[in-house]
Amino acid sequence: MPSTTASAKPPIAHGWTPDQPIISIRDVHKSFGEVEVLKGVTLDVRKGEVVCIIGPSGSGKSTLLRCINALVPIDKGSIKVEGQEVHDPALDKLALRKKVGMVFQSYNLFPHKTALENIMMAPLLVLKRPKNDVEAQALRLMKKVRLGGKENAYPGELSGGQQQRVAIARSLAMNPDVMLFDEVTAALDPETVKEVLVTIRELAEEGMTCILVTHEMGFAREVGDHIYFTDRGVIVEHGPPATFFSEASDPRTREFLSQIL
Amino acid sequence: MSAVLRGPVPAQGESGFTATAFNRRTLAFVIAAFVLVVAASEALAQIRTTGGSRGIVDALIKWTPLLLFGPPGEFGGFFLNIVVSFLAMAIGTVAGLTLGLGQISLHAPVRRVSWAVTQLFRNSPWLVLLFFVMLLMPYQVTVGGVTIPLPDWLKATFGLSLPIMANMAEIVRGAVNSIPTSQWECAESLAFTRMQTLWRIILPQCVKRMVPPWMNWYAILTMATPLISIVGVNDAMTLAQDALAAEQKTELLMPMYGMLLVFFFLYCYPIARWTIYLERKYAVKI
Repeated sequence: MPSTTASAKPPIAHGWTPDQPIISIRDVHKSFGEVEVLKGVTLDVRKGEVVCIIGPSGSGKSTLLRCINALVPIDKGSIKVEGQEVHDPALDKLALRKKVGMVFQSYNLFPHKTALENIMMAPLLVLKRPKNDVEAQALRLMKKVRLGGKENAYPGELSGGQQQRVAIARSLAMNPDVMLFDEVTAALDPETVKEVLVTIRELAEEGMTCILVTHEMGFAREVGDHIYFTDRGVIVEHGPPATFFSEASDPRTREFLSQIL
Repeated sequence: MSAVLRGPVPAQGESGFTATAFNRRTLAFVIAAFVLVVAASEALAQIRTTGGSRGIVDALIKWTPLLLFGPPGEFGGFFLNIVVSFLAMAIGTVAGLTLGLGQISLHAPVRRVSWAVTQLFRNSPWLVLLFFVMLLMPYQVTVGGVTIPLPDWLKATFGLSLPIMANMAEIVRGAVNSIPTSQWECAESLAFTRMQTLWRIILPQCVKRMVPPWMNWYAILTMATPLISIVGVNDAMTLAQDALAAEQKTELLMPMYGMLLVFFFLYCYPIARWTIYLERKYAVKI
């Protein structure tokens, strides 16, 4: 199977090598008005690693993801993607976003375009790649997310799980180096959650660097290389799944896990 | 009770337009309205003078070609009203789209100026705007040695396009704002520029939402075109007045204006029906 994750693109910043963390977050602070959502978050993600961020609602997980691809500006601290500071006013946001794909809880497919067109739009308009090439890749991606035959369906004609898989394919069509998943199964019913998780697991197994904000503890335990638990804007505890789920030491983590598991 | 329920309920769904816009009931209603207007004015005329109904119908038939197409060899009548409505709508739509997008610009001065212009033209009487344009615009313009005449009807068209522009701007702004911000965010995450997002993703989704109010404004504009008779354009209204002046018969007043009313009604009512149909078809399903 041809890898869709392979990328010959040079890193955004010079001097970054793949042995360094692909994403490096240091002491990030972010407030919305009076509310401080992130109060000094620090974490590293290495290439090929799958990092799961769990925690109660309102703990700043989604905001952290949005900060990584500069959808939300940060107030203090540093976020580096492949060595490039995201918090830099001179940052080429478009170059950053070509490296970082994002999938949202509400799918956000473009309703006036078919599934295939949704996938093809960004590579054609943003990357200016030739149409034949893009179409071939889009068809391949539709098969990869097990939606072969649904190419000409409009988002309104697809189920939530199908829409979310098209959204994943759409992000992958940009050949990103990192994928951000923001509670991508939270709006789905339990039956369709599975089909989306299968797709993400395959990506993880292919070596795609993934950051997942999720409430699916079983899934996090299964695919995650590292689990972070956030509460009220800070990382309370983190570790590999084997130790994290069984030996969590902080009372907040233990309470959260006892409610969820 | 069941008879009441079986009353004039417009058909639903895809076939709604064909089933409701031009059906027999509508036609019967229009004819009845016309007959009523003529009959009522005739009855009044009978009381006042001694002229017969024959004379009135003959007079109406005689003047109909003039009212519809203007004097022979000239450009006027109800046809001119339609031409003015088309042109004013086209100009107003393009200008309104520009102004509406100006209102959502990231550039604060552009946003403020667009907002002020919109408010000014939205909250001014159409007739006052019409007079302003008639007085401000020259009777001809010279561009690069070529002199283009600006006839009164064209100036009047510009005048009518101003309120359309302002109302279109509001429709555009409202439609863009009605698209969920998650669409913007998602496009941004796919590295689309703001312009690409607007033209390729947001505006195409707005079209359906904008069509019904846009058509509504077209009907309003068409019904407002007789205003141009006040500034001396040979439209259907002016010609009706000319015809009345030539006939010198008071009993013709009501039938003549009644006929004018029927012209406009026959043109605008199908648009109104079609608008309702499209509104239903494009209704945002939640």
